Amino acid sequence: MKKRSALAHKMAVSPYMLWSALFIVAPMFFVVYYSFTSADGGFTLGNMTQLGKYTDTFLRSIWFGFLATFLCLLIAYPLAYAIAKSSANVQRTMVALVMLPMWMNFLIRTYSWMTILQNTGVINNILDALGFGRVKMLNTPGAVILGMVYNFLPFMILPLYSVLAKLDPSVVEAAQDLGGNSLTVLSKVILPLSMPGIASGLTMVFVPSVSTFYISQKLGGGSFDLIGDVIERQFQQSYNYNLGAAISLVLMVLILLCMAFLNRFTSGEEEMVV
Amino acid sequence: MDNNVIIDLRNISVKFGEEQVLRNINLYIRDKEFVTLLGPSGCGKTTTLRVIAGFLEPDEGDVVFDGKRVNGVPPHKRPVNTIFQRYALFPHLNVYENVAFGLRLRKLPESHIKAKTAEMLELVNLKGFNRRNVASLSGGQQQRVAIARALAVEPRVLLLDEPLGALDLKLRKDMQVELKSMQQRLGITFIYVTHDQEEALSMSDTIVVMDEGEIQQIGTPQGIYNEPKNAFVADFIGESNILDGTMRRDLFVDFSGKRFKCLDKGFEKNEPVDVVVRPEDVDVVAAGEGMLRGTVTSVTFKGVHYEIIVDIKGFKWMIQSTENQNVGDEIGLDIEPDAIHIMKKSVYSGRFGDYSSFSEEFDELSDPEEEEDI
Ligand SMILES: Nc1ncnc2c1ncn2[C@@H]1O[C@H](COP(=O)(O)OP(=O)(O)OP(=O)(O)O)[C@@H](O)[C@H]1O
Ligand SMILES: [Mg+2]
Repeated sequence: MKKRSALAHKMAVSPYMLWSALFIVAPMFFVVYYSFTSADGGFTLGNMTQLGKYTDTFLRSIWFGFLATFLCLLIAYPLAYAIAKSSANVQRTMVALVMLPMWMNFLIRTYSWMTILQNTGVINNILDALGFGRVKMLNTPGAVILGMVYNFLPFMILPLYSVLAKLDPSVVEAAQDLGGNSLTVLSKVILPLSMPGIASGLTMVFVPSVSTFYISQKLGGGSFDLIGDVIERQFQQSYNYNLGAAISLVLMVLILLCMAFLNRFTSGEEEMVV
Repeated sequence: MDNNVIIDLRNISVKFGEEQVLRNINLYIRDKEFVTLLGPSGCGKTTTLRVIAGFLEPDEGDVVFDGKRVNGVPPHKRPVNTIFQRYALFPHLNVYENVAFGLRLRKLPESHIKAKTAEMLELVNLKGFNRRNVASLSGGQQQRVAIARALAVEPRVLLLDEPLGALDLKLRKDMQVELKSMQQRLGITFIYVTHDQEEALSMSDTIVVMDEGEIQQIGTPQGIYNEPKNAFVADFIGESNILDGTMRRDLFVDFSGKRFKCLDKGFEKNEPVDVVVRPEDVDVVAAGEGMLRGTVTSVTFKGVHYEIIVDIKGFKWMIQSTENQNVGDEIGLDIEPDAIHIMKKSVYSGRFGDYSSFSEEFDELSDPEEEEDI
């Protein structure tokens, strides 16, 4: 009896095991393997010791990632709150509108920003016509961060919207009833209760922002590197898979550390909200 | 008007879309009074509380506190607190922090908060639950946390929306006594919502009977029970036999084909009226004696008494008696003049008061409309 159920259990979970082996464990194994071998396949720490020269790039990427994530949170929270507070029809429409850009190709969206921001683009034409002169916007750090915020904003809005929509309005009323003004109700009840949404939004924006390469190449114009660009170059141009893998591995570890840091502010409430 | 009136609702009307939920509610509540809003589900009790607490602005009418109109004043600036129908506890805080929430907002010293919270938790029998997650509590325990949380801030007026709904009978009775004595001891005005008429009768100074967004009657428990204003109130509060009658002249009324002496006067000559007779006010006598005569169609043992349904000329009466009767027997009934209550005809006339749905053969056929109002 016990044996049979154990077998049944194994069979039930085996597709999942197979799936994770194929798509999670195997790629991870290769990343680790390449990181600690040289081109001829022998063990080496040489890839790791070279990474020092990329310190600036790592730091810049993480800094940009933090900025983009923070801006997304700042923009997304009020927006998600407003959507969650509106009528069912408006909610449906707004959620569809938030997702709409995601149906368009990521590359095309980024190219559109290039044409908008460039020196002969729409904004500059207007500024010029108004007599302000043209402002260099493309190929600046600002443009790169704008690209990140624009591209990853839906990933912040959606999890926030889903926790805020589920927030029991009578709990908010209870807080007002006990003497809380709008600000206290926000800080003592609404914010703590939306922590699970904030946590997943932070992850879903921060991770792609830190590792992006396309946005920085197109909107940053190659004037400065992000770590994603370095990795891409190792694989696409230098064919140095070993160094590329080593950078990826370190990046992964750094991202985990950053997430642990971010989650320190959001943990504790997560398991309490269903 | 009394100058110790604390809350005054004047001509309050509320509409949700096309649905008129409150119609021209006029109600004043005195300081330290225990007022109960009583009525069937959906009659507008919660809506009335929400208007008082400030969560809902009435479409028409004024809400007056201490003589000042407070329409538009937000909930956190009103000196009332609410125990919500569905508790509305803070899921991210433990029991202790839930109860301490209002005290913390008042920036009281920690030692005071600690003492007050402990006192409240002891009061609602939840000592030792401090660190428990509120989601892990039973319904009754959550309800008690909600009571402790509202009482902790010592409001002048407490709105209680069916605060004992989730408790079992024993705990419910204990909490009724506890709430009532707390209300008197602390001198808080209670506006209490329930659809349990027994609870209303035993706890309140004043009962407000509502139906379909309208106040049907305001009065003391005795007044409401003994002198119901219309068939709805008579039926909703306690059990009632409600018959069609005709007021022959002062002190004499005809119903069930007989003439009875009563204590009521001031009606037109031969005015059609509703006659209410409470089941416990009917005396069972031998067949042939007494004013009325009928056949017993069912008997149910209720503990303290038997509930006897008697068919008199096709109208099924309910009678409560400590003596058992046999189904099928003929019995006689006597009614004293002070047991007969006369009411003017109203829209509710004819809708309540016959116990035919009580007898078995009608059980399944009974009208769903009536079922709702039981
Ligand atoms: N926000 C709302 N929107 C639309 N209709 C509402 C709203 N709130 C209440 N109603 C309607 O108003 C009527 C009265 O509701 P209310 O909650 O006051 O009833 P109640 O007397 O408290 O009933 P119960 O005893 O079931 O709690 C109901 O018909 C209800 O459907
Ligand atoms: Mg209600």
